[in-house]
Amino acid sequence: MLLEGKRLVVTGVLTDDSIAWHTARVAQEQGAALVLTGFGRALRLTERSARRLPDPPPVLELDINDPVHMEALASDLGERWGAVDGALHAIAYAPDDALGGNFLTTPPESAGTAFLTSAYSYKTLAVGLHPLLVAAGGGALVTLDFDNRQAWPAYDWMGVAKAALQAVTRYLARDLGADNIRVNAVSAGPLTTMAAKSIPGFSRFRDVWGKRAPLGWDVSDPTPVANMVCVLLSDWAPMTSGEVVHVDGGFHAIAAEGD
Amino acid sequence: MERVEIESKLVDLLVEELGIERDNITMSAKFEEDLEVDSLGVVELLMALEDNFDVKIPDDEAEGITTVGEAVDIVSTKING
Ligand SMILES: NC(=O)c1ccc[n+]([C@@H]2O[C@H](COP(=O)([O-])OP(=O)(O)OC[C@H]3O[C@@H](n4cnc5c(N)ncnc54)[C@H](O)[C@@H]3O)[C@@H](O)[C@H]2O)c1
Repeated sequence: MLLEGKRLVVTGVLTDDSIAWHTARVAQEQGAALVLTGFGRALRLTERSARRLPDPPPVLELDINDPVHMEALASDLGERWGAVDGALHAIAYAPDDALGGNFLTTPPESAGTAFLTSAYSYKTLAVGLHPLLVAAGGGALVTLDFDNRQAWPAYDWMGVAKAALQAVTRYLARDLGADNIRVNAVSAGPLTTMAAKSIPGFSRFRDVWGKRAPLGWDVSDPTPVANMVCVLLSDWAPMTSGEVVHVDGGFHAIAAEGD
Repeated sequence: MERVEIESKLVDLLVEELGIERDNITMSAKFEEDLEVDSLGVVELLMALEDNFDVKIPDDEAEGITTVGEAVDIVSTKING
């Protein structure tokens, strides 16, 4: 099995539609031991979703912006496993006034919140887990990106935060490589999760995607993305770091639909 | 399952799992407006219904639920056909 014996932390499970939930499912099928993290008043929802996994894993609290939580998580994992082999960062948030066509009027605090929770937080997770990854002799981190080489309708400051997230991926790869820690991102096509539903105009992404992607695209199937995350967390990508792997049906390579 | 039975099981679930005041729950109460259940709460409600009544409620059908009575309706059609 791909992830036999791996001890993995999976953030970002909200519902059983979450990309992180499907990653957790595939990781368990591939032999990994998991701890999930949940956030704030959605913690109950994460617990409920955890019970729908093949082998319900423990759920620990993590608001990525709360240093006390990060410390408590690391010490729990230290006692539980003594080391960690990898983690999925599946965390993003932007206030309403930073999305949906408010780009020119978004206040700096809202743009800052989007950056802090959606991009800087990858660094927070990496540094929080660093001693445990070192204890495992190295490991792998993966985050979830939405391609942002171009401007999208409605995505606004979330798009800017995602551009920053790609850069954070490269700088973390630079600084953690010496400890044999790989840091990558998977750039996913649009999927109908809670996060996606909160983006006004999401349906426009969906409509254009299916037509342009050479392989087509199913917005209700997160499994291809989950599979790639698991590959990057496994020993089958030992020399890949600082990379953004697209799992988008090939959409990013095509400038316009043929006919 | 009898409708009254579904009703009382659903009311218990709203109180115990979503923390809604029992006294505020009527069949015509609207989740978002009257019971202050936000979008996250609605998702939790749907998952709780699925787990407790062992049914599957797809997104497009879930969108039709605004009141407690409508939630009972959908569960009862799922269970009893
Ligand atoms: N759905 C898509 O179309 C799509 C496409 C590409 C990338 N992504 C990215 O995938 C990731 C997961 O999103 P999803 O689509 O599965 O939706 P989701 O709503 O299921 O997950 C978003 C998660 O972020 C968590 N979160 C928000 N603020 C947090 C905080 N302060 N601390 C800890 N956790 C916090 C939420 O609890 C939730 O679990 C996000 O980074 C998203 O941007 C999504």
